[in-house]
Amino acid sequence: MEWIALANPSRFLGLAERLLPWLVGATALAFAAGLYAAFFVAPEDYQQGQTVRIMFIHVPGAWLGMLGWAIMSVAALGTLVWRHPLADVAQKTAAPLGAAFTFVCLITGALWGRPMWGTYWVWDARLTSVLVLFLMYLGLIALWRAIEDPSRAARAAAVLTLVGAINLPIIKFSVDWWNTLHQPASLLRLGTPTIHPAILVPLLIMVVAFTLLFFTLYVSAMRNEILRRRVRTLRLLQAQAARGF
Amino acid sequence: MNLGPYAAFIVAAYSLTLAVVAVLIAWVLLDYRAQQKILADLEARGMARRSEVSR
Repeated sequence: MEWIALANPSRFLGLAERLLPWLVGATALAFAAGLYAAFFVAPEDYQQGQTVRIMFIHVPGAWLGMLGWAIMSVAALGTLVWRHPLADVAQKTAAPLGAAFTFVCLITGALWGRPMWGTYWVWDARLTSVLVLFLMYLGLIALWRAIEDPSRAARAAAVLTLVGAINLPIIKFSVDWWNTLHQPASLLRLGTPTIHPAILVPLLIMVVAFTLLFFTLYVSAMRNEILRRRVRTLRLLQAQAARGF
Repeated sequence: MNLGPYAAFIVAAYSLTLAVVAVLIAWVLLDYRAQQKILADLEARGMARRSEVSR
């Protein structure tokens, strides 16, 4: 079967039914391994002590906040170029998930910052650009809710999403371009990661666990949105039938 | 395990993350049930999409 065939909503529903039990199982196993490694294998950091354990949820939150917008940007191209309804669904359902994980990133960052930096918040480039990402997610969710016709809402959201994608490289390189309180990149950087393997391995397991959780929720939310659109279609048909069309 | 002098910050970070994840899981599960129920009600009233009628 060609990959494009999966872009049919009915085929997607069938695939989701088969895929979801595996995703749920893989997510649970990855979290069991990740949390064990985060609390019982990873040592204290020589500078940050036990607070380094907040990193195991803060970094995946940041990664998924940005991944959510990247997925929406690809789906936005599907909406604008091919006008495919499944691309609209993919755009719409990624927004609340991306917003939730960006919120996790912000809140865990604040709780990590207070003991390490002496403050919950500073208006430096990294923190501010992530806050802007969160606000853009909220704006996008509001836009989806404000326009009743799903295909019109999708086109408007797609334009906003593609414009907002400019923020992704700003977030990534903010620590290099400006003098920030936030530490420079230690994972996704040229050369090897700067984190010791004893902490890096648990972190990578947690990143995998959160990513699996994201896709479990994402596939579920896309399935729900397809059903919601079927409900909408049936209600429109019901209204037409009631008017005698 | 001893989480040291900043245990409250670590526990709060994990608790809030767990709460967010729990809300997301509840959202997709409840939404799925709601949509399925509405679809079943509509189909029980004889409503079907044109693509399903033509099969």
